[in-house]
Amino acid sequence: MATANATVEERSEGGGLYAGGLWSWITTVDHKRIGILYFVSGLFFFLVGGLEAMLIRLQLTVPGNNVLSAEAYNQLFTMHGLTMVLFAVMPMAAGAFNYIVPLQVGARDVAFPRLNAFSYWLFLFGALLLNASFFLGGAPDAGWFAYANLTSSQFSPGHGMDFYILGLALAGAASIVAALNFIVTIINLRAPGLTFMRLPLFTWMTLVVSFLIILAFPPFTIGTIFLLFDRMFGTLFFEPAGGGDPVLWQHLFWIFGHPEVYILILPAFGIISDIIPTFSKKPLFGYPVVVYSGVLIAFLGFGVWAHHMFSVGLGPIANSAFSGLTMLIAIPTGVKIFNWIATMWGGAIRLRAPMLFSIGLVAMFTIGGVSGVMHASAPADLQQTDTYFVVAHFHYVLFGGSIFGLFAGIYYWFPKVTGKLLNERLGAAHFWLMFIGMNLTFFPMHYAGLHGMPRRTFTYPAGFGFETYNLLSTIGAGVTFLAIVLFLLNFLRSLRGPATASDNPWGAATLEWATSSPPPEHNFDLTPQVTSRDPLWHDGIVLPEAEDFRMPNPSSWPLVVAGGLLLAAAGALVGLPLALLGAAVALVGIFGWSFEPIH
Amino acid sequence: MSEGRSHVPGGQCTVLLAVLAMAALTAACGGGDFPQSSLRPQSDVAREIDTLFRGIFWLAMGVLVIVEGVLLLVIFRFRERPGAEPPKPVHGHVLLEVGWTLAPALILIVIGVPTMLTLWKIDRPAVDPDIRVEVIGHQWWWEFKYPDLGINTANELHLPVGQTVDLRLRSADVMHSFWFPRQAGKRDLVPGRENQLWFTPDSVGVYPGQCAEFCGTSHALMAMRLYVDTAEDFERWVQGQAEEAADAGALQPPDPAVEAGLEVFFGAGGCISCHRIRGTPAAGILGPDLTHVGSRGTIAAGVLENTPENLALWIKDPHDVKPGNLMLDMGLSDEQARQVAAYLLSLK
Repeated sequence: MATANATVEERSEGGGLYAGGLWSWITTVDHKRIGILYFVSGLFFFLVGGLEAMLIRLQLTVPGNNVLSAEAYNQLFTMHGLTMVLFAVMPMAAGAFNYIVPLQVGARDVAFPRLNAFSYWLFLFGALLLNASFFLGGAPDAGWFAYANLTSSQFSPGHGMDFYILGLALAGAASIVAALNFIVTIINLRAPGLTFMRLPLFTWMTLVVSFLIILAFPPFTIGTIFLLFDRMFGTLFFEPAGGGDPVLWQHLFWIFGHPEVYILILPAFGIISDIIPTFSKKPLFGYPVVVYSGVLIAFLGFGVWAHHMFSVGLGPIANSAFSGLTMLIAIPTGVKIFNWIATMWGGAIRLRAPMLFSIGLVAMFTIGGVSGVMHASAPADLQQTDTYFVVAHFHYVLFGGSIFGLFAGIYYWFPKVTGKLLNERLGAAHFWLMFIGMNLTFFPMHYAGLHGMPRRTFTYPAGFGFETYNLLSTIGAGVTFLAIVLFLLNFLRSLRGPATASDNPWGAATLEWATSSPPPEHNFDLTPQVTSRDPLWHDGIVLPEAEDFRMPNPSSWPLVVAGGLLLAAAGALVGLPLALLGAAVALVGIFGWSFEPIH
Repeated sequence: MSEGRSHVPGGQCTVLLAVLAMAALTAACGGGDFPQSSLRPQSDVAREIDTLFRGIFWLAMGVLVIVEGVLLLVIFRFRERPGAEPPKPVHGHVLLEVGWTLAPALILIVIGVPTMLTLWKIDRPAVDPDIRVEVIGHQWWWEFKYPDLGINTANELHLPVGQTVDLRLRSADVMHSFWFPRQAGKRDLVPGRENQLWFTPDSVGVYPGQCAEFCGTSHALMAMRLYVDTAEDFERWVQGQAEEAADAGALQPPDPAVEAGLEVFFGAGGCISCHRIRGTPAAGILGPDLTHVGSRGTIAAGVLENTPENLALWIKDPHDVKPGNLMLDMGLSDEQARQVAAYLLSLK
């Protein structure tokens, strides 16, 4: 399948697109297949992280409960955070970046298709390596932000923290590689006429998030390498007895960790900025302002990290500065919310499943934003930090925001990817159950936290007034669980259903709906030339007469290189020979990759 | 096209929101007593924070109600109707954008100014403190030293009411965070650094607190207790604590269990390698000072009431009570554990 040209119609013929054996998936460099792989892996880890959350809630149902030991609980809350942030939300968003962005910019693939396959495999291996720790002596148990010096070999003598370092090193490298690929794709592969100020908001936010990733992950990688050296070679970066400073880790972590929050939420903002206009039958209100506010949120996101550290004792000057900067972020965020509402104002709103989840995001994220302003105030935060109030806040932002946004995207793009529609009734039931479930789970946590319940405690005493809140939260988690079961039923049932979706079932305006559902391997027979911001609403597409193009060959070298790096990482745990073998495999892979013909 | 009623099932949403609001209210009012609540301040610093928080809270609630209200209005009012004209393709409005950029900015100024004022008031060293206490965090207990009074105790802090305390916070191992929500916000205990915290408790009472920074396996079980005493009660406590340990042999009437416990404590139990009892040869420094352990209300860092049964349980199976802690299981019999408990409880 080396070449194709605009007239080959047999390529897009019935059913064959996602067919082909396992090998065709393993060697694929098609951005759509890689997008599906990312999404399915992310969904799998979303379920894993969800089960971890259910166990946590089960343990906290009543005071003094014994469902889990302290050790098991600490591993589960650590892995729940890591899994949801890095292996559920990010890859599900990456699935959408992969599948949708090239379509939205009118391209036939990403800029570097093999590199794209490489980032997927490396992400998957990082996730599997980290989760393997459950079966190899215990998962990391120092929280997802893993504060030094609890993570030193003295206080964390097991291998859990080594799995943390190595698993996240692989996943972090995968994210950086993928981000570079998307930056080049969006800047260089836009269809003719598709200027920056005509880009769909989802593509815009993908671009912003990609810059966030390449700027935010390196400090974290440096921190984990320091930690690796401390643990394996006896250096003293975070060791106070040797002149090191555990607070250094906090700075390195949060200058990654805070932008990471925007890495998780901005894709969701992008998704609903495309959905709300579609289901209001109105163009996005204040398009340039929505774009700039997204860029501004990302920019400010690098100047607020120490608001996670108000209780560390950095002094009033630092605390004032970080308090003030953090408050500033409320402005562009508020502006986005106002523009979404203004888009709906005067529109013809259709409350289909994608729109329900989008409105759910606006409603829930607003609650998370409002509680966020409460702990932007440093003195108030001294009471709130490390309590369930903060747990409530960031779940309104991440569950009510990112997860609702991703589900909006799933319902919205499912027909594009599969040619089939998800069931609307089940979709609405899923939405309402999840809406009730998340509020029942996370709303009471505000009260538990303000009334003095710290987070990350495997148990709590009776008589402090925490009982009712925790019971409600656990019931809410059960409701959310049911909602996800409904979604899975809907998802699997629809996959087997008839392909009834048209090319543009929602009447949307952006380029991904200009091709068939599902799109052919080469996306567009003819590269569309764009003449307006909402091309499908304004006859804004001009097609060339004919066009020649070639699609890239499948390749197994990306998998070989990623596999070599996995072996090298495992070698850091097992021994030098394995590490050297891994390095050799990776080198062979890079060599083979370099001399392989692309087309 | 904007007028006209929506015929859509708005009712179910309204009902749902009403139910949620009621659930929220119930949650807010239910439960009654909150001994560790940051919303029940009992010191100058905690009251400053509480006042600031309440101001921000109501302002934020106002914003929340307006935004969610407009959102609901829009959802109900601008529904697609068959036969209606298509919506006008409005692309934006400069004045509106300027307006809703400035509005949150103004609100943030209203929040930011009192934030800064409060911050600079509380985030500074104590001025003219009346009493100094050194706090040292351990996995998973608290060491309290009163350098001017010669007192070394654990897990239970006594302070005189109305007097400003200057706390110096350090850690013996990993990061911890000192938190009595009714007295002050959190302050971390950072290995290799010394942190400061001050407040003036204004109401006599007993207040729970606990570690608020994840510090390992039994982080959840690193609690503590604050006794805010009247001046007289505090003076009495200081005098009791400053003395050396009571002589177990001189008890009247003599108690055989106490004497047997003393034997085990100084002998087979091996307790003295980690614990100190001033006035005796026990001079260990790894564990809490036990000179007046019998006078404490709780043991094992606020986890258990200090009763003979609990103390015996703790001595016999410390890891059942607190997983991963450093106290050794010395393989004492039930009988020996009860005797050691009796001896320790005699140390008032």
